[in-house]
Amino acid sequence: MNPREPSPRTYVAIFATLILLTGVTVTVAFVDLKALNTVAATGIAAVKAALVALYFMHLRHSSRMVWLSAFAAVVFLVILFALTLSDVMTRGWIPQPGAW
Amino acid sequence: MNTAVLIGSSLTMALAAHSARRGARRPLVVRLALTVLLGGVFLGIKAVEYAHKFHEHLVPGPRFGLDGGDAGPAQLFFSFYFAMTGMHALHMVVGIGLMLVLIALGLRGRFSPEYYAPVEIGGLYWHFVDIVWIFLFPLLYLIGRHG
Repeated sequence: MNPREPSPRTYVAIFATLILLTGVTVTVAFVDLKALNTVAATGIAAVKAALVALYFMHLRHSSRMVWLSAFAAVVFLVILFALTLSDVMTRGWIPQPGAW
Repeated sequence: MNTAVLIGSSLTMALAAHSARRGARRPLVVRLALTVLLGGVFLGIKAVEYAHKFHEHLVPGPRFGLDGGDAGPAQLFFSFYFAMTGMHALHMVVGIGLMLVLIALGLRGRFSPEYYAPVEIGGLYWHFVDIVWIFLFPLLYLIGRHG
């Protein structure tokens, strides 16, 4: 057994943190922060995803090579998010007849 | 709440992988079974949610129930909603299948502290599906409340 492997206690602590952050993200969503709502929701989701990857998926104790492939996935994710949100969030900036 | 159920299933999955590494057969099978159970609860809640949407004519298409100026954006939203949650649910079904295979192998005593990679890899897949939901939940259910 890998001595650096996290203990069940760690897993439960991470689980509790994830539940807590879920509560935070729901609470924040009911407060009107205008554009910051999206930033807050995505930011908290990113923190939660990082916790899952680092502890549940053992990234924290993995080699640099594994880190590299995980990071590559994040890069592609950011590209896809940016392209989608650049469409969704700018709709209606320029009024177009017959469009919505 | 659905998100809590799924995060809970990720916890049981992480604990199952922990049991597999230590060669503890019974805890492994029990924890995998719990993971399947929680995954099933998640899909059950999803099914109820879909039934509500169908009932309220919120499925995009010719019989879409909303009209007026917001009908276009609303149809776009529900297209996203069904495509993304549907794709996620499909991955969950695949994941539950994987878990059942792991349970069958675990019952036959195929895993030991020397050989537990399948449980580890299955766990990685399950956590990945969990991460996807961690992003989908705020994007689809929370953002846009103040649009």
